[in-house]
Amino acid sequence: MSRVRVRNLTKVFGKRTQQALEMVKEGKSKQEILEQTGATVGVHNVSFDVEDGEIFVIMGLSGSGKSTLVRLINRLIEPTSGSVYINEDDVSKMSKDELRQVRRTKVNMVFQNFGLFPKRTVLENAEYGLEIRGVGKKERQQKAEQALDNSGLLSYKDQYPEQLSGGMQQRVGLARALANDSEILLMDEAFSALDPLIRRDMQDDLLELQEKVQKIIIFITHDLNEALRIGNRIALMRDGKIMQIGTGEEILTNPANDFVREFTEDVDRSKVLTAENIMEPALTINVETEGPNVALQRMRKEEVSMLLAVDRKRDLKGSLTAESALDARKNEKKITEVLDKNVQKISKDALVTDIFDLIYNSPTPLAVMNENDRLIGVVVRGSVIGAMTDKTEGTAEKEGVNIDA
Amino acid sequence: MLDFLQQEIPLPNWIDSGVNWLTEHWSGLFSILQTVGEAVMNFTTNTLSAVPPLLMMVLLTVAAFFVFNRKLGFAFFTLIGLLFIYNQGMWADLMNTVTLVIISSLVAIVIGVPLGILMSKSETIQNIVKPILDFMQTMPGFVYLIPAVAFFGIGMVPGVFASVIFSLPPTVRMTNLGIRSISTELVETSDSFGDTAWQRLFKLDLPMAKENIFLRIVPDGLLVTRHLSSHQPAH
Ligand SMILES: Nc1ncnc2c1ncn2[C@@H]1O[C@H](COP(=O)(O)OP(=O)(O)OP(=O)(O)O)[C@@H](O)[C@H]1O
Ligand SMILES: [Mg+2]
Repeated sequence: MSRVRVRNLTKVFGKRTQQALEMVKEGKSKQEILEQTGATVGVHNVSFDVEDGEIFVIMGLSGSGKSTLVRLINRLIEPTSGSVYINEDDVSKMSKDELRQVRRTKVNMVFQNFGLFPKRTVLENAEYGLEIRGVGKKERQQKAEQALDNSGLLSYKDQYPEQLSGGMQQRVGLARALANDSEILLMDEAFSALDPLIRRDMQDDLLELQEKVQKIIIFITHDLNEALRIGNRIALMRDGKIMQIGTGEEILTNPANDFVREFTEDVDRSKVLTAENIMEPALTINVETEGPNVALQRMRKEEVSMLLAVDRKRDLKGSLTAESALDARKNEKKITEVLDKNVQKISKDALVTDIFDLIYNSPTPLAVMNENDRLIGVVVRGSVIGAMTDKTEGTAEKEGVNIDA
Repeated sequence: MLDFLQQEIPLPNWIDSGVNWLTEHWSGLFSILQTVGEAVMNFTTNTLSAVPPLLMMVLLTVAAFFVFNRKLGFAFFTLIGLLFIYNQGMWADLMNTVTLVIISSLVAIVIGVPLGILMSKSETIQNIVKPILDFMQTMPGFVYLIPAVAFFGIGMVPGVFASVIFSLPPTVRMTNLGIRSISTELVETSDSFGDTAWQRLFKLDLPMAKENIFLRIVPDGLLVTRHLSSHQPAH
């Protein structure tokens, strides 16, 4: 069972909560409810699970209730109704002491404006969680230094937050949360105050970190590109309700409703989709077991003018055009002698935006390789263009390796 | 109706009898305060006066240099000022005044800071205390000398009493404001790590409000002394 489970969580700000909830059920808009009752529906009937090692992104426009939702999880905001289970325990029903214990050891938070204490040095900031927990001076210092060291900030430990750049400050904020070594990390727009380049770095670092430490990360953002980049799954919120939960691809390719469709419409797909998303099956010839005749026959059947040559282990050997196959047959050469070895390889994680340039300069399809450098597919011009022209129905048409080379 | 407006409410009489009642029934407490206060003040003044004036001047000048971020100008004017006072034969008066400022600032902190903390933590307390503070501050400082003299007789203690009443409101206010103006995010940060109320107070509230509190208390102490100096009963 998932360690974090949110069930029917609701928060109404204001006094006449009951009336406001009735009106929500009648389908009244947030605006109407506010005018009639003076109450604001922050979060309404939200349920989801988060798995171990997952980055769960909560996304939505300003005022959609993201910050409220994340604060309901560690109960910085009291829920109106519903439950938040961490392991087996319902946070919303805990006593003050139990809640404090959860905050000290299980859930930590990283804030949009870093939440660093200005009168404390970087090290003292990083120690804060441990200090609150009552960890002895020596031990907490050593742990905090370790956490700072991991983010390459150890040399700044005696500086004050204002002496650091925004990116560095947030690294301290993150290091502070990590020094506490809790299993769940809540990040409310943690990178939103940073400029785009730094932001990208931070996203990369977070992904790398997650690879190593496998926390449960609940990450809030209003930026769809960020969500798609780092989220294993994304929950899209609107007016306090969740519109859809799914992987980035599911949300892009299968929007649950018009709101989601509109929301995702102007995503720059080239920055989201990877080679793996748009690649097609590679038509190959096995140089160890097959000869030019098989190659030519396969080309005829598939109506292509070239094949990729691999060995038994699917290590890429080169490409074979129809002409060179004919040449090999006529002059009784081995296939390996006539191969064109200059096939461009790309990683399966290469972003489409980075593939653009390559594909226009490459006469042959790009070979998509997995992490073990085995051929898993090809990307042709057609598939790149197909991916860009909003395909909501499945993947691009199969075009084979039918390039006009 | 008109009749009512013409008929003077005997407020002065009420106050008179109130003060009389206090002086009669609480005179024991007042005289203890008076005696203890006088003793503490005398001790402080005597200690200060026991330091040779020249040594004191050097100490204060060096202190000024460091307190004001090592600016030579401040230290220089401190020295000139002290020399001038000495030259005018007012060194003993200065030591008296310094005692008054130190003692009344201490008392104001001891009473005012906790009150300010309470006020910052509860809307109800804030709503009750605020108008009282407003009232206290509308009066000029020397007004408080009148009841003070009635309670404590003549001497340094009524001076401290008046100074404290005068500088208490800003102390309470600045403590309250200092704590309330800590950004929500910092409060949330501290809470999110599972702080207790005391941890919050000592690790976040007070360090953040410290400057607010202390930057106001000493100047206020000086201000009230200036107010009082022209009205203070001879000592
Ligand atoms: N303390 C509060 N009292 C009353 N209403 C509140 C309070 N906090 C939030 N709200 C309301 O709840 C709704 C959700 O706010 P929330 O801050 O969760 O949105 P958000 O998605 O985080 O937006 P943003 O992207 O601007 O941070 C908003 O309509 C907001 O006005
Ligand atoms: Mg927010």
